Amino acid sequence: MELTGAEIAIRCLQEEEVEYVFGYPGGAVLFIYDALFNQDKVKHILVRHEQAAVHAADGYARSTDKVGVALVTSGPGVTNAVTGIATAYMDSIPMVVISGQVPTSYIGEDAFQEVDTVGITRPCVKHNFLVKDVKDIAVTIKKAFYLAKSGRPGPVLVDIPKDISLAKTEYEYPRSVSIRSYNPIVKADPAALKQALHLLLEAKRPMIYTGGGVILSDAAKQLTELVRLLGFPCTSTLMGLGGYPETDKQFVGMLGMHGTVEANMATQNCDVLFAVGARFDDRVIGNVKHFNSVPRKIIHIDIDPASISKRVQVDVPLVGDVANVLTEMLALLKASKHKTDTAAIAPWWKQINEWRGRNSLIYTQSTEVIKPQYVVEKLYEITRGEAFVTSDVGQHQMWAAQYYKFDQPRRWINSGGLGTMGFGLPAAMGVQLAHPGAPVACVTGEGSIQMCIQELSTCKQFHLPIKVIALNNRYLGMVRQWQEFFHGNRYAESYMDALPDFVKLAEAYGHVGIKIEKPSEVEDALKEAFARKDDLVFMDFRTDPTENVFPMVPGGKGLSDVLMAEDI
Amino acid sequence: MRHIVSLLMENEAGALSRVAGLFSARGYNIESLTVAPTEDETLSRMTIVTRGSEEVIEQITKQLNKLIEVVEVMDLSEGEHIERELMLVKVRAEGAARDEMKRMTDIFRGRIIDVSDRTYTIELTGAGTKLDSFLQAIDRTLILETVRTGASGIGRGDRILKLQDR
Ligand SMILES: Cc1ncc(C[n+]2csc(CCOP(=O)(O)OP(=O)(O)O)c2C)c(N)n1
Repeated sequence: MELTGAEIAIRCLQEEEVEYVFGYPGGAVLFIYDALFNQDKVKHILVRHEQAAVHAADGYARSTDKVGVALVTSGPGVTNAVTGIATAYMDSIPMVVISGQVPTSYIGEDAFQEVDTVGITRPCVKHNFLVKDVKDIAVTIKKAFYLAKSGRPGPVLVDIPKDISLAKTEYEYPRSVSIRSYNPIVKADPAALKQALHLLLEAKRPMIYTGGGVILSDAAKQLTELVRLLGFPCTSTLMGLGGYPETDKQFVGMLGMHGTVEANMATQNCDVLFAVGARFDDRVIGNVKHFNSVPRKIIHIDIDPASISKRVQVDVPLVGDVANVLTEMLALLKASKHKTDTAAIAPWWKQINEWRGRNSLIYTQSTEVIKPQYVVEKLYEITRGEAFVTSDVGQHQMWAAQYYKFDQPRRWINSGGLGTMGFGLPAAMGVQLAHPGAPVACVTGEGSIQMCIQELSTCKQFHLPIKVIALNNRYLGMVRQWQEFFHGNRYAESYMDALPDFVKLAEAYGHVGIKIEKPSEVEDALKEAFARKDDLVFMDFRTDPTENVFPMVPGGKGLSDVLMAEDI
Repeated sequence: MRHIVSLLMENEAGALSRVAGLFSARGYNIESLTVAPTEDETLSRMTIVTRGSEEVIEQITKQLNKLIEVVEVMDLSEGEHIERELMLVKVRAEGAARDEMKRMTDIFRGRIIDVSDRTYTIELTGAGTKLDSFLQAIDRTLILETVRTGASGIGRGDRILKLQDR
C-alpha cells in the first residue's frame, strides 16, 4: 500500500515501539501531526517550548533504556531544540529528533522558517540526515534509531522537508540496517583484559572510578559484583551516580570539583586507576598536569576509542561496551587462582578511612534558616532513597548529588556535560511518563526553574505529579559562590531580583504551592507533598543565601587542592 | 609534526562539511585538504595535511573514524608514501625573462601550458617543497597568480587504503 512520508514516519515510530513523542507543531510538520492524529499507538506530549520537548525525551531515555523521541517544526522549532540536543549529545543520550523542513524546492531561498538544520545541529548530534526522497524515510528512521542506541549513544536528527512528508510511496519497514562505515567495537581485546586484571590484582593502592558509561550500558550489576569481589574503593562521577550503591562501604562518594576528600585524594594517590565508562573530564580530574604529577597505571573501559588517551594517557585501553567488558572480566577473575591480597591493600584502606574521617560533607545545621543540604537529606529519608531525582544546574544540583544517596542506576537525572539550566522540570516530565506512579523530584534553584517554568502547564495537561523542590536562595548561587571566592565578593548580576511568588504561580497553573521558611517545617512539608500522590507540588524552600558548596576543587586546580568549609 | 592523513568516505552531500567542521570545532589545524570521487562512485577520497603532536594526530584519526560517513582513515606519514601536489603559476614573461622562465620550468620539469605575448602559465607537480622551491627560484616580482591543489598522497607498495571487508 502507498503511504505518505508523514504516515511512514509515524509507522516507523510504531515499529520502534515508541510510547511517547514530545513535540510542538508548526507549518513544516503539519502532515506529520496529521498522521499522528489518525492513530493512537504513539502518544504525543505537547510541551510549551521545544527545548522542553527535547529535555523531556532526554529524561525519558535516561530513566529507561529506551530511545527518547522529539518532534519539532522547521526554523525556530529547531533552533529552540538545539539546547536540548546539545545537552543530550554531551551526555551521550540515545535520542531521535524529527524536524520539519521547508519544501525541497524552497531550500536555499531563505524561505519562511527555513534554517540549515543539518548545519546548525551537526556539531551536537551523533549524526543527522536530510531526507530528500520519500523512499528514504523508512530506512533513514531505522538508521537513526540504530545509530542513537548503538555504540556510544547520542542524539540523531532526521530533517524531513514538507513536500517529502506529503509525497507517497510503497511502505516497508526494514528489519535491520547496517552501515558499512559504522562498526562500533563492543568486545574488548582478550589480551588487554588479562593485562588489566593482572595490574589490578598487583595494585597496592587500587581505585575504581566509574562514570555515565556504566549507566548507559546498564552495567550496574556487573560493576557491583566486580567491585565487591575485588574489595577495592569505588568512586563515581556526577554522571555515574547510582551505578554502584552509594550506601555501600566500599563507595567513597562522588569525585571531582565537589567530590568528597576521600574520593579525590584516593583518585589522585592511587597506583592503579580503573576507569569504567568515564572520560577524565576537567570537572572530574581537574588540572591534567597536576593529575599526572603522581605516577599511576591507568586502565580504561570506554566504547568510544576517541575517549581513550584524550586528556590523560592510558596504559591499558579496553575498548568495548562496559557491561560486556565487565562480564568478561568477572569470568576471568572467578576462574583465576590469583585474588585480591587483602592484607596488601589494608594500609590503603586505612589511609582512605583517615580521609573519610575528615567528614568533608559536614555542614552546620541551623534552627533559624533552612540549610539546603538538610532539605536534600530529608528528601532522601522521606522517599527512602527510591525517588527519581532530576536536577538543574548550580549549587542545588551539587547538593542533590552529594546528599541524596543513589543505590540504583537511572535514578539521578541531570545535565552533567553541558550543564543546562532549565533541564530539570522537563526532564522530570519524561521520567514521570516513563514511570507512572513513581516518586519524581525535581531539585532546582529559583534561577534554573524559571528557564523552563512554562512546562508547569504541560504537567497540568498530562497530570504529572512531579515534586518541585526549589532551593530558593534568591541568588544564582553557584555564580555568587565563584564571585565570593574568586572575584572579591563582587556579586555582578547574580542576585535574582523581582522573583515571582512561586506559590501563587504554581496555583495559577493549577498546581499546589507551599512556601517553607523554617527548618522545623521542612520535614512536614516534604511529607505532605509526597502524600499528595496526584498533585504536582511546588515547594519554595527559602534557604540560606550565603551557603556554599563544599568541598571544592577550584577550576584549573588539582584533586588534592581541596577547599573545605573551614578554609573560607 | 606535519602529517598527511588520507580517508575514504561516503560520497554524500554534507560529508565534507562534517570533516571540515570537526577540524574547526576541535581546533585542529588544516594545512590543505583535497577531495574527489574514486573509481568506486560511492566513495570519495580525501587527503588532509595537518600539524600536531603525536597525541593530537591520534585524536584526529580517532575523531575522523568516529564520523559516521568516514569509511577508512590512514595516517600516510606513519609509513612509506608518495605525496604530490599540482601547481599552476602565471608569470610575466617578457624580454629576457621569457627565456629565463622557460629554462627554470625545464629544470623543475614543469610544462608551459598557456602562452601569451606577455605571460606564461606553468604547470608543475611534485611534493609541496618542490613547488615552494620553484617559487623561490624564479623572480618573485614576475608572479601574477598561483593556484595549488594541496597535497594528494598514496602509500608505497602494498600500503593500500581501501574498503575493508568486515
Ligand atoms: C542556560 C545556562 N545559563 C547559564 C548558566 C551558568 N550558571 C551555572 S550555575 C548558575 C546559577 C544557577 O542558579 P540557580 O538555578 O538559582 O541555582 P543555585 O546555584 O542558586 O542553586 C548559572 C547562571 C548555565 N549553567 N546554564
